[in-house]
Amino acid sequence: MELLSLSAVELATAIREGKTTAVEAMKAVMERIDQTEGQYHCYVTVDREGALRRAEETQKKLEAGTLAGPLAGVPVAVKDNLCTEGMLTTCASKILENFVPTYSAEAVRNLERAGAVLIGKTNMDEFAMGSTTETSAYGVTRNPKDLEHVPGGSSGGSAAAVAAEECFFALGSDTGGSIRQPASFCGVVGMKPTYGTVSRYGLVAYGSSLDQIGPLCKTVEDCAVILEAISSYDSKDSTSMDRKDTDFSSALAEDVRGMRIGIPRDYFGEGLDPEVKTAVLAAAELLREAGAVVEEFDLSLVDYAIPTYYTIAAAEASSNLERFDGIKYGFRAEARGLHQMYKATRSQGFGSEVKRRIMLGSFVLSSGYYDAYYLKALRVKAMIKKAFDDAFSKYDCILGPTAPTTAPRLGESLADPIKMYLGDIYTISANLAGLPGICVPCGQDGKGLPIGLQLLGDCFQEKKLLRAAYTYEQLRKETAAGTGER
Amino acid sequence: MAKEYETVIGLEVHVELAARTKIFCGCSTAFGGSPNSHTCPVCTGMPGSLPVLNRKVLEYAVAVGLATNCNITRYCKFDRKNYFYPDNPQNYQISQLYLPICRDGWVEIETEGGTKKVGIHEIHMEEDAGKLIHDEWDDCTLVDYNRSGVPLIEIVSEPDMRNADEVIAYLEKLRLTIQYLGASDCKLQEGSMRADVNLSVRQKGTEEFGTRTEMKNLNSFRAIARAIEGERNRQIDLLEAGESVVQETRRWDDAKETSYAMRSKEDAQDYRYFPDPDLTPVSISDSFLEEIRARQPEMPEEKKKRYREEFDIPDYDIGIITGSKQMADIFEATVALGSQPKKVSNWLMVETLRLLKEKEMDPEDIRFSPENLARLIALTEDKAINSTVAKEVFEVMFEEDVDPEKYVEEKGLKMVSDEGALRKAVEEVIAANPQSVQDYRNGKEKAIGFLVGQTMKAMKGKADPGSVNRLLKELLS
Repeated sequence: MELLSLSAVELATAIREGKTTAVEAMKAVMERIDQTEGQYHCYVTVDREGALRRAEETQKKLEAGTLAGPLAGVPVAVKDNLCTEGMLTTCASKILENFVPTYSAEAVRNLERAGAVLIGKTNMDEFAMGSTTETSAYGVTRNPKDLEHVPGGSSGGSAAAVAAEECFFALGSDTGGSIRQPASFCGVVGMKPTYGTVSRYGLVAYGSSLDQIGPLCKTVEDCAVILEAISSYDSKDSTSMDRKDTDFSSALAEDVRGMRIGIPRDYFGEGLDPEVKTAVLAAAELLREAGAVVEEFDLSLVDYAIPTYYTIAAAEASSNLERFDGIKYGFRAEARGLHQMYKATRSQGFGSEVKRRIMLGSFVLSSGYYDAYYLKALRVKAMIKKAFDDAFSKYDCILGPTAPTTAPRLGESLADPIKMYLGDIYTISANLAGLPGICVPCGQDGKGLPIGLQLLGDCFQEKKLLRAAYTYEQLRKETAAGTGER
Repeated sequence: MAKEYETVIGLEVHVELAARTKIFCGCSTAFGGSPNSHTCPVCTGMPGSLPVLNRKVLEYAVAVGLATNCNITRYCKFDRKNYFYPDNPQNYQISQLYLPICRDGWVEIETEGGTKKVGIHEIHMEEDAGKLIHDEWDDCTLVDYNRSGVPLIEIVSEPDMRNADEVIAYLEKLRLTIQYLGASDCKLQEGSMRADVNLSVRQKGTEEFGTRTEMKNLNSFRAIARAIEGERNRQIDLLEAGESVVQETRRWDDAKETSYAMRSKEDAQDYRYFPDPDLTPVSISDSFLEEIRARQPEMPEEKKKRYREEFDIPDYDIGIITGSKQMADIFEATVALGSQPKKVSNWLMVETLRLLKEKEMDPEDIRFSPENLARLIALTEDKAINSTVAKEVFEVMFEEDVDPEKYVEEKGLKMVSDEGALRKAVEEVIAANPQSVQDYRNGKEKAIGFLVGQTMKAMKGKADPGSVNRLLKELLS
């Protein structure tokens, strides 16, 4: 049995059935990390000893019958902006180079309750600001499909670790597409649930009103099972929702008959790579053939999503990142006097993309500009939500590309930040409107780089997305088997 | 001729709420505790931590709003006030700018100048900051976050006050109202009530406001009165000298009776207020409001009215007793135990006030129980002790809340009711003081007082002066 190629659900089943153990699975992961991590650099921290110890403890509990979680014994990687008790949590920033939290994020605790075993912490864009994982203070992560290309971001380390089989699944966070876009670039499944579904307690905030935690994994089935495990109502998070419908794995049926799928014409215009367009439309055709009602429509306000997003996210970030000041934890620069210390710490501790967004956010919140920028952005956000409400009165799902292109080459994006920001065009609306979105692989371009299909749903309609995505995934597997492609 | 100036004053009053836990986490608000022992990831601003509103804080804020005739904002929000300082672990304070919980209220105050309404612009909820401790030995500064996240409300008045008397009356009114609600103990000295004074002057008769200053560090009513006087004079002097008042924050130094500028408006920070995305807006339901309304206790004015109807005690006494929640509570509880209202009122008005003044205590610090006061009153009613002994016992009770019955018993302070023993003592005093006896018999009525005193002395105070008087007159007739 080739352990590493198993999905999380398959591995959990094999462990439960005694065909392998949590320890063997973790050892296999460590071997793979030894072989490939030098090339890919998916992780900021690999907690080798801790991971093996945790795997042993989990195996003992499994054998004693005291642990029966759906992910029992499955090694997981967690993005480095999720707090892990006793384990370095850097947000890929120098300013948190020595920060060891005293508590774990609620989502991480939920995973531990489900039996998953933590491997370590994955690389990311600094404070989740970026689309390539190149803004990390600890070096870039490379795309396992092609080392010359980026894995996407900001959850690039998590997506790459799944693609490189350096873990069985991973957690990421998505503020403007940071789960879905790297999933697309690395050819894995990634999902951002409805805002409020997964507790944000312990997620180091970037844009608090937009941030959601979600899975990066190999299959849609894994996605449903992981999401089910991490979703919870949490009284420690005021924005957490008390949902009764988080039995997401019940949605895994291969059936889209009568499902109404809308394709926004606005998502297929200028700037979309023709190869991406072809692959995505082919996916839509497959779903239509399976019985879905697929039609094009006009989703308005698409052009306003990017400025709105960068105004709101930067504003919140400028305030959220104020706590990193050298006083209580993290990096402190030597300087004479309080204000000099603040300046030196933050100047040396933050990278340029983070500073850019702090400055942008401070500007849009400053007196005299607040109404013109921040308040206006909030109004546009409400209008975008309304546009989606209208769309979801007609459609069960909205289908389109996850990103306009496949993964760019390393070093291409940061030189032109505006262009990089424009790459978020298809993903950020879901964050502004609080919607769930899933990315499923739907082919590759001429260079062999993966292409991702994105499905968006109305708030709380993850099950519809999972059913459509699962159906597509199964159909594609059958088609690929027919043509010998994978 | 010198111009006549009018002082215009508005107040910002911070009140620490009586909630047992902090505004956004479950940490204790108890005073003291070793540094950083009442803290958690939330109130120390750890990465990833999130605030959750304490419902009790909302209840108190709404209760204060209702008691001060405010409109309650049915959809209110929290905002972040961004500024860097180490006592503030997130480097933003969670407060309310755009949609505060209460708006447009008023309270009525009474001064020698008559009664008037002082408008309340708004009341908002916010968190307190930590405390910086400067270590002189190590030349460093340490932070204690025990106070970080302690719940506060800020009550912002309209610029409706014109002199220190009105300011003090307004503060006393607020303090009394809030104490009645049990929302805070409102102690200025201990900082659970803090007032900043916004003051400007203008020529009498003009409508336009002058440039105002804000005065901080006012720790007592006396300091507030002095600071108002000082600032008024400073501003008038400036204007008379042809200079202008600078809009600035000033710190009052009560020992030197002077203030100095802390920061001017020019270097005022831009706080970049915006709605806190971590806290969902608070919707106040009808039922929540009704619940708070139903729970509102009887307020001072209603209590006064009721006392006038129910108890035959002077209006002045009613004013003093209802002027303190603790006094009113003791009064009512003692009366409920069967004591005569007038007697209870006398104990509070005379001996209690005397001892409070002597010991520099507030009525809120009274420790004796209504049960013991009722017992003491019963002892005097039954003539078991006389008034001199009663005062003695009360002093002990005031200090230690002793049971007067037991105390009188133990110390042997009971009056001698044995007629024979008393008669014997009187006879002895008559025999020993022939001159006074002669004086009395010659019509000098006052001489009897001396003989009563001598008898009381012989009885070591444990006799009823009335009985002594009666016996003397009987034996001398």
